[in-house]
Amino acid sequence: METFIQQVINGLVLGSMYSLIALGYTMVYGILNLINFAHGDVMTVGALTSLTTALLLQSMFPGMPGWFILLGALLAAIPVCVTLSLVIERVAYRPLRNAPRLAPLITAIGVSIVIQTIAMLVWGRSYMPYPQLVTNDPINVFGATVTQTKLGVIGLSAVVMIGLMLLVNRTRLGRAMRATAENPRVASLMGVNPNFVIAATFAIGAALAALAGVMLATTYGVAHFYMGFLPGLKAFTAAVLGGIGNVPGAMIGGLLLGLIESLGAGYIGDLTGGVFGSHYQDVFAFLILVGVLIFRPSGLLGERVADRA
Amino acid sequence: MIVVAAVLLALPYFAGGFGNAWVRALAFMLLYIMLALGLNIVVGFAGLLDLGYIAFYAVGAYTYALLASPQLTQNFAWIAQAFPNGLHISIWLVIPLSAGVAAMFGILLGAPVLKLRGDYLAIVTLGFGEIIRIFLNNLNAPLNITNGPQGITLIDPVRIGSVNFTGVHDVFGIAMPAVYLYYYLFLVLTTITIVICIRLQNSRLGRAWMAIREDEIAAKAMGINVRNVKLLAFALGATFGGVSGAMFSAFQGFVSPESFVLNESIIVLAMVVLGGLGHIPGVILGAVLLALFPEVLRHTVTPVQMALFGQVIVEAEVLRMMLYGLALVLVMLYRPKGLWPAPEHGVNPVVQKHSRLAA
Amino acid sequence: MSDIVLRVAGVNKRFGGLQALSDVGVQIVRGQIYGLIGPNGAGKTTFFNVVTGLYAPDSGTFELDGAAYSPHEVHRVAAAGIARTFQNIRLFPDMTALENVMVGRHVRTKATALGAILRTRATVAEERAIKQRSLELLEYVGIAKYADYQARTLAYGDQRRLEIARALATEPKLLALDEPAAGMNATEKVALRSLLEAISRDGVTILLIEHDVKLVMGLCDQVTVLDYGKTIAVGAPADVQRNPAVIEAYLGAAHTNVATKASA
Repeated sequence: METFIQQVINGLVLGSMYSLIALGYTMVYGILNLINFAHGDVMTVGALTSLTTALLLQSMFPGMPGWFILLGALLAAIPVCVTLSLVIERVAYRPLRNAPRLAPLITAIGVSIVIQTIAMLVWGRSYMPYPQLVTNDPINVFGATVTQTKLGVIGLSAVVMIGLMLLVNRTRLGRAMRATAENPRVASLMGVNPNFVIAATFAIGAALAALAGVMLATTYGVAHFYMGFLPGLKAFTAAVLGGIGNVPGAMIGGLLLGLIESLGAGYIGDLTGGVFGSHYQDVFAFLILVGVLIFRPSGLLGERVADRA
Repeated sequence: MIVVAAVLLALPYFAGGFGNAWVRALAFMLLYIMLALGLNIVVGFAGLLDLGYIAFYAVGAYTYALLASPQLTQNFAWIAQAFPNGLHISIWLVIPLSAGVAAMFGILLGAPVLKLRGDYLAIVTLGFGEIIRIFLNNLNAPLNITNGPQGITLIDPVRIGSVNFTGVHDVFGIAMPAVYLYYYLFLVLTTITIVICIRLQNSRLGRAWMAIREDEIAAKAMGINVRNVKLLAFALGATFGGVSGAMFSAFQGFVSPESFVLNESIIVLAMVVLGGLGHIPGVILGAVLLALFPEVLRHTVTPVQMALFGQVIVEAEVLRMMLYGLALVLVMLYRPKGLWPAPEHGVNPVVQKHSRLAA
Repeated sequence: MSDIVLRVAGVNKRFGGLQALSDVGVQIVRGQIYGLIGPNGAGKTTFFNVVTGLYAPDSGTFELDGAAYSPHEVHRVAAAGIARTFQNIRLFPDMTALENVMVGRHVRTKATALGAILRTRATVAEERAIKQRSLELLEYVGIAKYADYQARTLAYGDQRRLEIARALATEPKLLALDEPAAGMNATEKVALRSLLEAISRDGVTILLIEHDVKLVMGLCDQVTVLDYGKTIAVGAPADVQRNPAVIEAYLGAAHTNVATKASA
């Protein structure tokens, strides 16, 4: 039973991070019908920026408490990610808004590679250890061990997601975003500036990605230039699972995927008599992706994509 | 045409003057051309964005590797008993076999996903490519089939008749190192590939692919079984991947999952896109450029940086990947039809009118 | 012998809350030109799409040339022998006119990939035959001189002709035309009418959706009138145009004196 709870908690930690990244994918797809391939790499840049900042702060202010440094690192990562994402949108995606569907997709792949190589140049190729800023003392929860980090991830993600729901449903900007996601042309007739809304969507997604990046790096204690690939792909899977374009869908999809992956990895050894071990964990996400797209492409909660008539 | 043939035949001797590494690069370039042409059938002719194409390359490579190395005989006693001299499949068998296995995978992978819309298809094929790589990486326990991340070594070189593709051979008095032999073999295979692609393009099937690409609903209304035709594109594209994979395996003597990562799929896609989606000469150009230019870079960038800065700031490998990424972005933004797109198909009176005015 | 080329009955189709078709059917005799008319939104194109396999009906029986067919896969319907054109012209824009028609030959030919790769004699002969027949069809509809022009560069009226040529290439038992005269001026309509009459004389049965009342009345042997998804009249144009329900729904009193095929 303890294993089960342990896996559930791990799943929630993983899932929270997937949700944060998935939100970026889903919001952009909802508005532009575009898979922002570079989103995972934006997250990577966020994680790496926070790493550099944290190390910098540590050396400049040796006495500073860990939480503080972490906060500083996060606050440094967010504007970097937002700027990067806005630049990508402006330079690579906006000119292709009316191009045939294949074009922005191919461009997105190219942008993803370019950012990876830039990250490689700036931060090098090796796996860099993330400084331990928060204690890893085990806390006992129903027999399973958690750390402050894990609780922080789950808690902070929940808060941020609630905040996002409020933004989307209760604010003027949120209304504009929903309108543009449903029908950009009509929304602009109502006075909504689509470029601004699209930029805002990218910015919010990027901020969430920065947060997710920091969380990933602190949870696994390591960061490197390619760290965004797999989580990015899985987060996209989560977004599709929940229903692409659907904000609550991305949240639920992320958590669900995290749980499935965690429980699956934990039990697959037992289930298959040792034939398939936990290194097949990544395959789960892909199989789910393929399965969802084939059998229920609109996802669990239904997709919400722009009517680009 | 004769001139081109003569140049191609003499090329290794010219390049070999700079070192065998250049001939190797040319041989790899030919493999890439085959890959690009195969992907072109899927993306260029039929309009299906496949981001996991390298999986077919992997399948072909591992098929040959398993049948022409000690891997299986070492790990499975019953196979060692059945083949006391070891597994050494002949090239005449392996080419159709790898084509067939790859085609089978193409159908398996394609069948469930062909009805998906463009971007979803791309992601799913990406997923499949990764799944295959993960399996190749992990099928070393409980039964060691692929030897996991270490890969399979001691793969037989190609053997045609009594000629073993190792060492240096004497052909009509001219010395020919093994790598030259591989170059010529690949040249033959590439030429066959080009001929096949051209014939397919100008056939009933080629028209059906173009029709599907232009208007799927109209194509259906004309009686084209869109699903089967797309599947055929997938399968045929896969066969080229499979055959070049087998050749790669023999050439390198060693395969590991590392050679079949997502970036490789993207590189082949970049070649097709850069050259000219759907246009055979363009695709060849794209493959040549993107296969050779990084080699050139590698040999210039490092020494230049050493001379200028005393250290290497930008590694050639990194530059190579960045080049591929930039190629994709810039082409889509500024020349979406590629560097050498198909010439205006058919008569376009508006264009003609303008040229008359200009004259 | 049954000379009914198309027998469709009891078609129902619901879209969410809207009953688009209620118990609609047609019986088209071989060699007829059959018209399907009705006000906008009556369900004509929906019925058309059901018959040609684009929409799956909720119910209905479908028989082509005496044999039942399933309207569930578009390409099978085409293979069975119903070829259609589209209201908004769906050509293959970057292919030449000739190639467009050659695609139409796809369903009646059988060269395989292997045949193409090996360039077998049979394949080469078939290709030649395809090209030959396609040129003939372009000639037949009157646009042979545009054979090598990109389809999207053709004038509107010529594009419609091309679409008809392409449909004829499939050797259909029934040629189904969705508003072929839409967007045409009077001259073009006269030319279209003679083309359709020629096609009919040459033995192809035609089913036609049209809004142009004069064209329909002059061209069609038999007509079905739909309104709100229901059949409100079936019969010769002359009779239908006198039907008070039809007049009320669609024609209006001013059109009761239009010359019909029978009276002309």
